[in-house]
Amino acid sequence: MVAAIALESVVKLVAFVAVGVFVTYGLYDGFGDIFEHLNTHPELQRLAIAIPSGKGYTGWFSLVVLSAMAVLFLPRQFQVAVVENVNEAHLKRAAWLFPLYLLLINIFVLPIALGGLLHFAGQGVDADTFVLTLPMSQRHESLTLLVFVGGLSAATGMVIVETIALSTMVCNDLVMPLLLRHQRVALEEAKDLSGLLLSIRRDAIVGILLLGYLYFRLAGEAYALVAIGLISFSAVAQFAPAMIGGMYWRGGTRGGAVAGLLAGFLVWTYTLLLPSFAKSGWLPDGFLTQGLLGIELLQPQQLFGLSGFDEISHCLFWSFFANIGAYVGVSLLRPPTAAEATQATVFVDALKDTGPVGAALWRGRAKVSDLQDLVGRFLGPARGQSLFAAYARRRGFTSGVMLEADAQLVQFAESLLAGAIGSASARVMVASVAKEEPLSIDEVMHILDEASQLRTYSRELERKSRELTAATLELQEANERLQELDRVKDDIMSSVTHELRTPLTSIRAFSELLRDDPRMHLPDRVRFLGLIVSEAERLTRLINQTLDLAKIESGRADWNGCELDLKEIIEQSIAATSQLFREKEAHVELDLPDNLPLILADRDRLIQVMLNLLSNAVKFLPPDNARVSVVLQRQADGLEVSVVDNGPGIRPEDQQLIFEKFRQVGDSMTAKPTGTGLGLPISRRIVEHFGGRLWVESVPGEGATFRFTLPFAPVGEQALAQAVQA
Amino acid sequence: MSKKILIADDEQNIVISIEFLLRREGFAVLVASDGEEALAKVRAERPDLVLLDVMMPKMNGFDVCQALRADPDLSSTRILMLTAKGRDTEVSKGLGLGADGYMTKPFSTKELLAEVRKLLGM
Repeated sequence: MVAAIALESVVKLVAFVAVGVFVTYGLYDGFGDIFEHLNTHPELQRLAIAIPSGKGYTGWFSLVVLSAMAVLFLPRQFQVAVVENVNEAHLKRAAWLFPLYLLLINIFVLPIALGGLLHFAGQGVDADTFVLTLPMSQRHESLTLLVFVGGLSAATGMVIVETIALSTMVCNDLVMPLLLRHQRVALEEAKDLSGLLLSIRRDAIVGILLLGYLYFRLAGEAYALVAIGLISFSAVAQFAPAMIGGMYWRGGTRGGAVAGLLAGFLVWTYTLLLPSFAKSGWLPDGFLTQGLLGIELLQPQQLFGLSGFDEISHCLFWSFFANIGAYVGVSLLRPPTAAEATQATVFVDALKDTGPVGAALWRGRAKVSDLQDLVGRFLGPARGQSLFAAYARRRGFTSGVMLEADAQLVQFAESLLAGAIGSASARVMVASVAKEEPLSIDEVMHILDEASQLRTYSRELERKSRELTAATLELQEANERLQELDRVKDDIMSSVTHELRTPLTSIRAFSELLRDDPRMHLPDRVRFLGLIVSEAERLTRLINQTLDLAKIESGRADWNGCELDLKEIIEQSIAATSQLFREKEAHVELDLPDNLPLILADRDRLIQVMLNLLSNAVKFLPPDNARVSVVLQRQADGLEVSVVDNGPGIRPEDQQLIFEKFRQVGDSMTAKPTGTGLGLPISRRIVEHFGGRLWVESVPGEGATFRFTLPFAPVGEQALAQAVQA
Repeated sequence: MSKKILIADDEQNIVISIEFLLRREGFAVLVASDGEEALAKVRAERPDLVLLDVMMPKMNGFDVCQALRADPDLSSTRILMLTAKGRDTEVSKGLGLGADGYMTKPFSTKELLAEVRKLLGM
């Protein structure tokens, strides 16, 4: 059929262009000549104004809109562009070829129309027939024949395509669904239904042709061909909102589309169709001027007082207003159902998603043979078989291998049937053989739930995995810290062991010497026994201090914090070490002001710190002119104690080292210092425990100054303590 | 002629005890209290044996041992390492660096004498 239409279109084009060329260049001397003649005929001049005065810009605009919609939505256009379309790529070519065709066929419209008006001025010849009457008047029989053939082919082509398109629609979307709904059992029993389909369509064709003739008889006399066309264009335009909305708007629903169509057609019928009947005298035309039931606001062609438009624009305005309003309004009343959402996805995302969305949502089982039989019943058994074979080849199956149909095959069968009996009926028929478990809204919701649950799970999983990664990192860090601590502990153990072994070595060696030599000289004997005792003392001190430090470091030390007068502590410590200073003949200077605020600390611990600092100072004092000074000073937020000696001093690089465990710093001039190497580390920890600092300042050769600070005790407690003292 | 032995240790009391022990046994005894001093005295006095403490100021026993073994003139000098860290790694490190013997503190004076005599081939 498409080939026939194509040929018809070409014939029409050739005939029309031929008569156009004849009129333009045969009767006149080209376009310019025809338009020249306008100036000599004033009554035609108004036609040459681009916008005829009667209709105005709105009329022109309405016509353009209507024509554009007609190109898309007229049944025959739809039939050719969509139903008969076998290849989507053809649409691209049609997109430029069809407008070009329209342009070509319209080039000579004005010359022919003007030529006719000029030529038959005052003779009352129907303008619709100019293309025939012009060549006839010049006795060009062959051209007349060509034009007649062209016109005939144009008319028949239009009629054929239109009626076939309409009959297919009537058959697929009206008759079959009704039949299937009311006589389903009978349909299932009948074996071959292709005959039934054919007869339905034939009847529809006859009916449509009769209706067309009827309208022509009733309204045709009053209207030109163009006017009839415009009335039907306006009707067809009512499909536009639902179709365009369906392609671009997800929110559209079935109810909205039906409401929009109903409203649009109702308004169209009232404002355009009924008036056309009335003007033909088939209806009383009283309601045209007085409005329905005498209400002026309801005048069909000046609805609600809207005047100043031509009837087409007027109809278009009100029908679109009602149509779009009802479509959007009703659609928004409730959210789309699952089926509508699926459809919307198929159409709106058609360019995005090439996957068969519909197929993905189909669940069920069907035998291939059942489907093939079903298709055969409507398309004929032979055609059904060949179509299925071709499909199998395309999918890469040898025919007959597939017994169970998959979703794609079911959809394929459905689309085949849809071409014959419409998509709604096709779905019903396929459902009758495919044991589909139809997707209810609950199930769709369930599927969506599962999907969202999966998403939740995967998010949860992601979160868990992130947490795990973080935990692993923490664990790694903790492990590294532990390993570090372990290494430190190992070092300390090793140091402690070393420190313990050293005095033990001396003790054992001296003991064995004494044991093995009973006749040892008395001075040696006394000296060795003295060394054994001092090494044993060193050992005891070492053990005590190691345990003490371990206790402080592990936080298990007992602290007896109370307000203390730091001056008193210092004086007590000096008294305890006075013997040491006397031995070294050291001069001790004190600078200890009275009435300083109290500090908060543990009395015994603080004395321990002072004793350590004082004994350290004594240890390094020079043999001559030994001097030690102890200074107590008030600072902004606490007290500062300085213990200054005039010993050798400490090298800058050693000033931090001496606060590490077992790190004793000797001097080449002096022997290795006695002591455990734990005094300063312990002292520093004690001071820091009470919020203070302990550090050393020293220039080598000029002595060393050990300083520590301790913050004031909180004011309230201090006042209380002073009050108690008072 | 009596054998000459150098005691290198920074622990005064240990030096005193070993010095007394060795003199009583008839050895000539030298003393050093740090690594550098020990190295200098070995080069100057050429003792037959060095009792070398590992943990010493300025230059530890391992470094002194290495320096001694790097000097071909001193190849006949015996080295007995003394350490308070009795770990296997320390022992093998000392022996790997060329020490002839190894004793862990605290040691028995009898064993020390036996080891000293063995190293001196007596």
